[in-house]
Amino acid sequence: MGGTGRAVSAEGLGKRYGETAALDGFDLTVPEGTVCGLLGPNGAGKTTAVRILATLLRPDGGRAEVAGFDVASRPAEVRASIGLVGQHAAVDEVLSGKQNLEMFGRLYHLSPGRARRRADELLARFELAGTGNKPAKQYSGGMRRRLDLAASLILEPAVLFLDEPTTGLDPRSRNEVWEAVRSLVDGGTSVLLTTQYLDEADQLAGQIAVLDRGRVVANGTPDRLKSLIGAERIDVVVHHAGEISTAVAVIGRISGNDPELDVDNRRISAPVRDRVAALTDVVRALHDAGIEAEDIALRRPTLDEVFLRLTGHRAGRPAEEVAT
Amino acid sequence: MTTSVLPQTATDRLRWAVADGWTVTRRDLAHWVRQPGPVIFSLLFSVMIVLMFGYLFGGAMAMPGRAGGGQASGDYREFLMPGMFVMTMLFGVGETVSAVTADARKGVTDRFRAMPMAPSAVVVGRGTADMLNAILVLLVMIACGFAVGWRAHGGVPETVLAFVLVLLLRFALIWIGIYLGLIIKGEEGVTMVQTLEFPLGFLSSAFVAPSTMPGWLGAVAEWNPLSSTILATRELFGNPGWGGDSWITQHALLMAIVWPLLLVAIFFPLAVRRYAALGR
Repeated sequence: MGGTGRAVSAEGLGKRYGETAALDGFDLTVPEGTVCGLLGPNGAGKTTAVRILATLLRPDGGRAEVAGFDVASRPAEVRASIGLVGQHAAVDEVLSGKQNLEMFGRLYHLSPGRARRRADELLARFELAGTGNKPAKQYSGGMRRRLDLAASLILEPAVLFLDEPTTGLDPRSRNEVWEAVRSLVDGGTSVLLTTQYLDEADQLAGQIAVLDRGRVVANGTPDRLKSLIGAERIDVVVHHAGEISTAVAVIGRISGNDPELDVDNRRISAPVRDRVAALTDVVRALHDAGIEAEDIALRRPTLDEVFLRLTGHRAGRPAEEVAT
Repeated sequence: MTTSVLPQTATDRLRWAVADGWTVTRRDLAHWVRQPGPVIFSLLFSVMIVLMFGYLFGGAMAMPGRAGGGQASGDYREFLMPGMFVMTMLFGVGETVSAVTADARKGVTDRFRAMPMAPSAVVVGRGTADMLNAILVLLVMIACGFAVGWRAHGGVPETVLAFVLVLLLRFALIWIGIYLGLIIKGEEGVTMVQTLEFPLGFLSSAFVAPSTMPGWLGAVAEWNPLSSTILATRELFGNPGWGGDSWITQHALLMAIVWPLLLVAIFFPLAVRRYAALGR
């Protein structure tokens, strides 16, 4: 570390592909030893940001330091300080897990003996020790991702980048990866992870940055972000279209927010803070108003709703993810 | 803490480049051992082509320089083998392209690029592995040639020079393969390259003498860089079918050196630029 106390600091990063700005004034600071979740839909620029910070892409503008080293002028030092887990499990599928880790260990310039010992350590740590000589191609998705993670940790990097580490994994494999990330963080590694899932950022990150059209539009602890967007939402579906306006007024009063309205489905939706109290209040108030609800449910906000609230527009598909 | 020390001096950097390149080469050699199927298949495929042309079509092939034909088909196999040595080098392009695109597609190239290893190692390792593969293929083809009655009639220096020329061509083709592999994204592109190898090979002096083709087509075949290596090696082996009236056939030996060097001069910088452009 360069002694800056910052694992990542980016100022005004920009990256254009023709007419499309993949990143546009991207600012982010990740303090040492913390986990930052970069949250955004496809095309928001998450992967572009990670690729620039991992020295895989050169930015058009702005500057960035990783582990105290400038990514543009000292890429070799940055590479020696980071681990990168991309969207694909970037391992050799013909080789076994052990052969993969030994090869990468040699490319990190460990001696043959140390590379072998390190491979064994990591296989044990990620519960891959029993895989023997099996080629990585026969691993499950979760195992392959753990091998990928192990390969990124050969040098015990100061900063670890995880680009959508659980995309495409089943829930069980996803939990395995989450567990692995948590144990790393306990060991003091700084992590920048990108995700499309609010849930995942909430599970792992102490700081969440919301990315929209190449720019960080909200940044803070999960609690702060939740207080911005409302931790939970209440959904009420009424029987008759004529009841909607009354229900909107009731729910608006209780939640303290303007409810969103889906007229076609007679669905009213609003963020609430105290979930249980809100639920009982809404049920009682609707009953008092003589409205029979078809359905009432509490749920976590979707990424779409987070976006709508933070940016004023739906996440949609503003631009294709250019850098993948 | 497990940390790496970055190289400080030019000597350190060179040592890293060699060591890293060799590590990447060893990865490919490990593939042959763990998954020998594709290597064996490609060897059998080349042997099959020798047998197909040597025995199936060979009897019907008109030999250059002998009006009226009617010669023993053993002559055709003598004519064929130098062409086949070069064809197997051409088949290697598809394998290079396939390996380069697979690494890019699966993110392995990006992992290498984000590691503190010598940047040249990815390409040097690929090239070394492909050259070792070419030597293996050539040894198998020589054995196959002996089995079908092909002989090198020249002296030892001529024979060695002929094989060096074949490998020089493969070396040049590696850079074409790496360049194409960095451009091509999907598996369809790889299949296209592999398919194009055949017309490219047929449009040379590998299987038939260009003098038997229509004038303009014959000229294209004679100027095909593969033809220069084929003609030069036929001459060095003392196999039939070399020579001709045009300038390009008269200077086959010279051009068997010039063509590969020219291809390297074009495609090496292109490949390096393309690799650097991955960061754009």
